[in-house]
Amino acid sequence: MIAASLVLGVSFGYLSLLFAIAAFGDRRAALGRSVIDNAWIYALSLAVYCTAWTYFGSVGRAAASGVWFLPIYLGPMLAMLLAWIVVRKMIRIAHTYRITSIADFIASRYGKSPLLAALVTLITVVGIVPYIALQLKAISAGYHVLTGGPQAPGLPAIAWWQDGTLLVALALAAFTIIFGTRHLDSAERHEGMVAAIAFESIVKLVAFLSVGAFVTWGLFDGMADIWSRGQAFPELRALLRLGGESGVASFGYAQWFALTLLSMLSVLLLPRQFQMMVVECVDEQHLRRAAWVFPAYLLLINVFVLPIAIGGQIIFGPGRMDAETFVLSLPLAHGAPALALFAYVGGLSAATGMLIVETIAVSTMVCNDLVMPSLLRLSGFGARAGGDLTQQLLNIRRGAILAVLMLGYLYFHVAGEAYALVSIGLISFAAVAQFAPALLVGMYWRGGTRAGALGGLLGGFAMWAYTLMLPSVAKSGWIPVGFVGHGPFGIELLAPERLFGLNGLDNLTHSLFWSLLANVGLYVGLSLWRAPSAREASQALLFVDVFERGRASGQASPVFWRGRARLEDLTTLACRLLGANRAGQLFEEHAREIGVAEVRNLVADARLVDRVERQLAGTVGSASARVMVASVVQEEPLAIDDVIEILDEASQLRGYARALEDKSRALELATAELRAANEQLQSLDHLKDDFMSSVTHELRTPLTSIRALSELMLDAPDMEVDQREEFLRIVVSESERLSRLVNQVLDMAKIESGHAEWHNTDVNMAKLVENAVRAASELFRERGAAVELSLPDQVPLIRSDPDRLTQVMLNLLSNAAKFVPAKAGRVGVVLRTDGDGLVVEVHDNGPGVPLGEQATVFEKFRQGGDAQNRPPGTGLGLPICRQIIDHFGGRMWLESEPGGGACFAFRLPLQPAEFKKRREESL
Amino acid sequence: MSLKVLVADDEPNIVVSLEFMMKREGYEVLVARDGRQALEAIRRERPQLVLLDAMMPGMSGFDVCEAVRADEAVRDTQILMLTAKGRDTDVARGVGVGADAYMTKPFSTRDLMQKVRDMLA
Repeated sequence: MIAASLVLGVSFGYLSLLFAIAAFGDRRAALGRSVIDNAWIYALSLAVYCTAWTYFGSVGRAAASGVWFLPIYLGPMLAMLLAWIVVRKMIRIAHTYRITSIADFIASRYGKSPLLAALVTLITVVGIVPYIALQLKAISAGYHVLTGGPQAPGLPAIAWWQDGTLLVALALAAFTIIFGTRHLDSAERHEGMVAAIAFESIVKLVAFLSVGAFVTWGLFDGMADIWSRGQAFPELRALLRLGGESGVASFGYAQWFALTLLSMLSVLLLPRQFQMMVVECVDEQHLRRAAWVFPAYLLLINVFVLPIAIGGQIIFGPGRMDAETFVLSLPLAHGAPALALFAYVGGLSAATGMLIVETIAVSTMVCNDLVMPSLLRLSGFGARAGGDLTQQLLNIRRGAILAVLMLGYLYFHVAGEAYALVSIGLISFAAVAQFAPALLVGMYWRGGTRAGALGGLLGGFAMWAYTLMLPSVAKSGWIPVGFVGHGPFGIELLAPERLFGLNGLDNLTHSLFWSLLANVGLYVGLSLWRAPSAREASQALLFVDVFERGRASGQASPVFWRGRARLEDLTTLACRLLGANRAGQLFEEHAREIGVAEVRNLVADARLVDRVERQLAGTVGSASARVMVASVVQEEPLAIDDVIEILDEASQLRGYARALEDKSRALELATAELRAANEQLQSLDHLKDDFMSSVTHELRTPLTSIRALSELMLDAPDMEVDQREEFLRIVVSESERLSRLVNQVLDMAKIESGHAEWHNTDVNMAKLVENAVRAASELFRERGAAVELSLPDQVPLIRSDPDRLTQVMLNLLSNAAKFVPAKAGRVGVVLRTDGDGLVVEVHDNGPGVPLGEQATVFEKFRQGGDAQNRPPGTGLGLPICRQIIDHFGGRMWLESEPGGGACFAFRLPLQPAEFKKRREESL
Repeated sequence: MSLKVLVADDEPNIVVSLEFMMKREGYEVLVARDGRQALEAIRRERPQLVLLDAMMPGMSGFDVCEAVRADEAVRDTQILMLTAKGRDTDVARGVGVGADAYMTKPFSTRDLMQKVRDMLA
């Protein structure tokens, strides 16, 4: 027992916390830092699926029938597997066309039919109000369990002003009004409300898990203990088996399937789910995470359902205590009142979350699709009348919220203990499942028509009412129960739970079968019977092809409207329903997008009319928006041919746009190529600059010595002969260096520019190498070096320029001669075949090339060794050699370890690439 | 006491000519074959003038010049930079790092001697 004042205090404390969170969310949104633009928050807000019916009812269901509570959660898990395909499309459609409710969605799909919108709204209200009552009952029951102790069943009679449930309902109405009707356009999200709902999802999960842990480990020794002790009770043994007493054979596959299907549909179609999943969705990408977080949430909240259900029955004795209150009564009976209170807050959060979102969703529908159309018919409220309506609209919506909640309260009060309320969760599910064909099929099948949707909904709803709703009303004792058993007027065939003699199904599966059969049958049949009108066809296109055509501002998306409109009329209409500010923004944005400087210069063309209508749809629903826009403009009736024509225009425009894109892409490509070419030229220019600078340096150096020494000799006729001789010797050698340099620079330039002459013949490399070594033998003798030549017996001929190859050989040989140690030099020359090529190696026993210089020896003007000990050279020999070898498709490289001598080698292919190519061409 | 002149160049034949000219003028001549040797010689021998080749392997003449100007003990050493690269940018660079004078190769022996005399005056 907990004092009533404490329970009430905690309840209202919790509600105040919700207010604070919602206020925080709204303030952050106003600052532009959305708290709900977050995949976690989005996923948590989807858990509004778990209501008090889950929180208390799952345990009750599990206590009565074992694992049958599970399909209600398996369905959503399966549905989330399809989220990326189905829900993303729903989100895209809703955001593109500013659809704010499920009634609006269906009505908009079938030509913005007000009739369809009204029908969907009516079905929703009939189906959902009892569900709302159920939540209030759960709060009330929980309150009585806590305050009256677990033994007190039922409601004691109290005056209404003392009724905490009413107070909670009123507080929730206040919450919903404050955070649900801040602004009119539901496309601008209810940030604070969503944040509060996400918070509630955490509270109820933690609370339920706490109770579960308390029961499993506090009252028992873990789950295994519960199972084993449950075996002692024959009633409980059955719960742990899938098929009940008689085993798996009697397992109700049909019922299991029906329940799973039902919950799969309801997770998409319940007004609160549609509100959270579609309308409040900030970013489609959040779906990716929600697709696994939401099922994981459902899994978590179900982990302890069976342990609590069975544990409670073991403790209290099977059937001795209402299992739906186990969550509260177990902690309460075992000295944990604080936990019981927390569990109650969890239940409160489950109930209030559902109440808030459901009320917003239902009140939007009631306002837009029931109240607005009636008001529009009244004179003085019509679209052409003046005055700002936004405040009135908000008031209507606030009134609707209060009405929906009070209706739920009334229902709870009148039918609180009736059978109708206990099973209402599933009955509600079955009611909203009737939306499935019109909504889901309509998203993928263009052929669905308004007549089909109306027929399907009416037929399905009628079947639902007859086979499910009426019997449950009868069982509550409000109408004679006899017709349930024997059919009306004693006609057995029409018995509502065994319609046309269909036996062997439980009443829910039975009802679902008949209602969906009638629904789908009528929907498809009527759709095929009559072709859709132009407006239906155009809306069908916009829905089914939303990813291709739906871009709200894309110039190429088709606008199915023809007629004449005046800018003033549109402006007046927009001002009345959006307020002057938002209307002004709307026109300015449009002007900016199409590139018109002044709003007053806008032309009221189809695109502008469409834009205004979309904006209005966010405020009053698309059906009402359609009626209002139609009343201020002169429309030409749209025929199917017009629709096709408009589509053609749009696709032509799209074609142009694509061609333009292609062109600009091609241009970009060309620009990039040009830029790359320019960069290459610049770097070539830079290279040439470097080369010239190096050449200049190399030419000036010998010139410097020549000039200086000559001048000195000229100035000093009395110079000693020895000195003069030394100077002259230097002058001569520097002159030689100069002419060698000039020759090589010219050679290099010729090869590089491609002007070198090549005299190709068949060359015997063995002979060529031998001759080159003989020519260089004088050099080696001077240095006292020994040469070892290794030639194969047979060498294939190669096509090449023998003079150039000799030049290469001589260069390598003279390099080797320069670097070998005096008197002890050894030079090896090897020729060998290597696959389809010939390799020549020249190695010496000189100092080798330092690691740091190996990479650059083939670059121009990079002479090896230090200047003093370096033999004369120009720094162009090796670069020229490499150019020559490259020319013949070969490769030249250096292998050297410092101190271990150097080995310069090159490889020539037997068939140079250009010959290969030529041969291929001739084939 | 005769004036000390350091000749720093990696081209042996240019060293020969410069050494001859300086000796004939009566200076005491030191020779360095690269930048590092040159810097060491400047710090050790404190020559009054350095004939510094701009392009030497390892440490270039520009680097040497910079190091000299940064060194408190030898920063007053006169530096005549010689370079075989005659572009304006090279001249600017030489002056930028603090050379007192700059001549391009090949030079006129008379001009060079005149410049040396002026600098040591």
